[in-house]
Amino acid sequence: MPPSLLISGGHLLDPGQGIDKIGDLLITEGKIAWAGDKGPASLQPDLSIIDAAGLIVCPGFIDLHCHLREPGFEDKETIATGSRAAARGGFTTICCMPNTNPPLDTQASIDYVKRTAEAQGVVRVLPIGCITRGRQGKELTEMSELADMGAIGFSDDGDPVASSQIMSLAMDYSRDLGLPIIDHCEDKELSNGGLMNDGWVSTRLGLKGIPAAAEEITVARDLALAQLTGASLHIAHVSTEGSVELIRRAKEKGIAVTAEATPHHLTLTEERVMGWQSEKNNRLTYDTNAKVNPPLRTRRDIAALIEGLNDGVINVIATDHAPHTLVDKMCEFGLAAFGISGFETALGCLMALVHNGELDLTTLISKLTLEPAKIIGTKYGELGTLKPGCQADITLFDPNKEWIVSSQDFASKGKNTPFDGYQFKGKVMATVVAGEVVYQGNSVSIEKK
Amino acid sequence: MPEKTLMSPEDIERAVVRIAHEIVERNKGAKDIVLVGIQTRGVPLARRLAATIQGLEKITIPVGSLDISLYRDDLSSLDLKPVVHRTDVPTDITGKQIVLVDDVFYTGRSIRAAMDAITDLGRPESIQLAVLTDRGHRELPIRADYVGRNIPTASQEEIKVYIKEIDGEDKVTIFTPDKGVTDESN
Amino acid sequence: MKVTEPRSRSSATIPETFPPPSISIWQHRHILDLDNFTQEEIELVFQIADAMTEVLTREVKQVPTLRGKTVVTLFYEPSTRTRASFELAAKNLSAGTVSLDASRSSIAKGESLIDSLRTIQALGADVIVIRHSQSGAPYLATQYVNTSVINAGDGWHAHPTQALLDLYTIQRHVGKLADLKITIVGDIMHSRVARSNIWGMTTMGARVVLCAPPTLLPRGLADFITHCQLPNVSIESRIESALEGADIVMPLRLQVERQQSGLLPSLREYIQLYQLTEERLHLAKPCALVMHPGPMNEGIEISPEVAHGAQSVIEEQVTNGVAIRMALLYLIAGGKNK
Repeated sequence: MPPSLLISGGHLLDPGQGIDKIGDLLITEGKIAWAGDKGPASLQPDLSIIDAAGLIVCPGFIDLHCHLREPGFEDKETIATGSRAAARGGFTTICCMPNTNPPLDTQASIDYVKRTAEAQGVVRVLPIGCITRGRQGKELTEMSELADMGAIGFSDDGDPVASSQIMSLAMDYSRDLGLPIIDHCEDKELSNGGLMNDGWVSTRLGLKGIPAAAEEITVARDLALAQLTGASLHIAHVSTEGSVELIRRAKEKGIAVTAEATPHHLTLTEERVMGWQSEKNNRLTYDTNAKVNPPLRTRRDIAALIEGLNDGVINVIATDHAPHTLVDKMCEFGLAAFGISGFETALGCLMALVHNGELDLTTLISKLTLEPAKIIGTKYGELGTLKPGCQADITLFDPNKEWIVSSQDFASKGKNTPFDGYQFKGKVMATVVAGEVVYQGNSVSIEKK
Repeated sequence: MPEKTLMSPEDIERAVVRIAHEIVERNKGAKDIVLVGIQTRGVPLARRLAATIQGLEKITIPVGSLDISLYRDDLSSLDLKPVVHRTDVPTDITGKQIVLVDDVFYTGRSIRAAMDAITDLGRPESIQLAVLTDRGHRELPIRADYVGRNIPTASQEEIKVYIKEIDGEDKVTIFTPDKGVTDESN
Repeated sequence: MKVTEPRSRSSATIPETFPPPSISIWQHRHILDLDNFTQEEIELVFQIADAMTEVLTREVKQVPTLRGKTVVTLFYEPSTRTRASFELAAKNLSAGTVSLDASRSSIAKGESLIDSLRTIQALGADVIVIRHSQSGAPYLATQYVNTSVINAGDGWHAHPTQALLDLYTIQRHVGKLADLKITIVGDIMHSRVARSNIWGMTTMGARVVLCAPPTLLPRGLADFITHCQLPNVSIESRIESALEGADIVMPLRLQVERQQSGLLPSLREYIQLYQLTEERLHLAKPCALVMHPGPMNEGIEISPEVAHGAQSVIEEQVTNGVAIRMALLYLIAGGKNK
């Protein structure tokens, strides 16, 4: 059992309880004992104290969508390295996608992930099960068994469920389990071999494009099926204005859909593929670190996503952390793997929206804590909150700290980030999971009383 | 040191006339002579020589222009390269007496390059060299057959030749450039 | 000419005349695309190509300018004319040449592009000429090797040396490029020749008209024209208006695979609507030039009569290609490595 921990003098921010003030947070026996005004908690004996002056103290971030690559692709990442990277990024709970090898389509594979996470992980790892066996899109998995084993939802992510018939069966079947179907929305016949957003940049670079419609078609289909079946639908990594609009109208009609957006889709456009500067006389690069699926889109799409965050159409922010080896990315653009290693840049990247005034801090924290907790439910206890009695999953961050991203310093094996060298303002300083400090930045010290 | 004039337009004119006479004398007439000017200022000089010889011998001498950039041995792949002009020798040179014409004769490397270029164009019976000025400091065993004026120089000095067809006036000057400043008036 | 004893000499090697007029406008270590070439730079290439053309008229078509240098051609896509053109250009400059056919070497066994490039650099290449089916491959090359890189065609993206020889051919015939109406007809979507020519032609002041079946036009083309500020580029859907009054007509090769992948209903319909026939050519100016990047599919995008007709300068393009590539090799690699 970790010792009692006092996080002292920080700016407590809990959107769920409406707490937004300077105060103390006391953790005993791995649970939150007190979160409120300064003073009373410091009377406890045998305390470790973190001085949180100048820092935001909020519930630990929850990531609904990440790829830990284990089992099967341990050269890209393992549960151990992925969870350490998550901790550095302030994430205390992460939900890992089942496109591993073997995929998480049986009780045994889900059990493997859970046990490995328990033994080697430093944050909470909640598994997502496959919708179909082998992610082939043909036969449903034993969803009830997977749910019993701990799955918090189902997805064939990496791929859509191509057949509408199979998708509607999956939705019917999962409805009674009360768990969401998470779809990676992509009409593969239309996106067919595309490498980046279909637009003026793909024309300039001579690369096959993925049109926005490829996402919107499947979003529309899924929404219609959700309406038909009454299931809980969660749309992964929304990237287009059209998708946001479809989801908005569906919510107005009362359809049970939630949606997520990634930090990179909220801040980078397709121009990032051309390199940092894309003026006519600057040398082009075909930056594979900006190659991701769904692709980086346009400024209009970003504006629509941010509006969606602000009016609730986009419920959560999820990283879609997708680590790859150097070899996978250090090659011709057409041959490079899709994906961005996102845990360790998420907060810094998102804080740019806060500093620009496009998103307020409370909304941001809510999208990273309270809202994802609602989608996961209480299977693993009450998450995303600073309520006394709940698991002490806490994130401490300095909203104004300026730092430069260096992928070489990542704890993740995946150094594939388009943000390498970027200057961010906002950095995670410490991460606590069940009362234990799992990440501590250099400038944070823990004193024993 | 400020630019000092060493040859006036009249001096240049006299040198051209004298060289024309010497060419005719040495070759016992003007038959089979081809004058080839080395880009850039060798070319108008070659034309003036041809005109003078025509006046003397009443025959037309063919005049060609030779760009030696492709034959130089002192180009650096890192530095900016010289503009390459067309080489234009309007007649077959095999069996002819070629007289190369240049404005300043210095290390001899340009002439070596010019000879390589000429031999790629054909097999002349002889190659002779006429220069307006000779400033010394040869690095190769090459000498001129016809010299307008000998001008001994120190290595940091430079000879500057102005030719009316290119520079608007005729004169030859000497000066010492400041360190780090190179003249690009050719 | 007799030789005499050398006189005492200075220690420095100083050029014979003034420092030669240098090309202060030339900015390129690599030739990747024409999107960052200025008009002055293109005219400079023309000027040097003129000089190289003279060399090509000699009995001994060789000058020693690249003596001791090695030019390696690395072709991942088959090509007769471009590869031969580069090799001849290099040989004419006295460079050593090595040609690597990717379908037969270790590349086919799965060696990565970067590894192949590093090996070629270690073997002592001074210039790598690369053709690749993936757009962007030459840019990757410049990030991982120190040698100069010339793009001989990358995917759909660029073919700068082809565009330069196209521009040069026009310049030699018409005397200028500014204000000409140049019509490019065909598979624009997959055409690296079209893209590089768009950059080059607009830089030189010409107007470019692109004409293609809708399924062979990139969806982002209009946005691309706006974003990259190319007001002299326009899109015409009807070939008649595209050809009307054109000074230059350039049909592009239509790969038969395009019909197989469903982009066109049939070759027959393409021929009906877009083939450059003598009748259609009459819509252009009477002195209009017919060009083609080659290789031609005679009977598909161009009729044999037009291909070999009086207005065709297609063979000249090939000859000019050697001169242009010699000029580029001179600019990129001429001279000693100090």
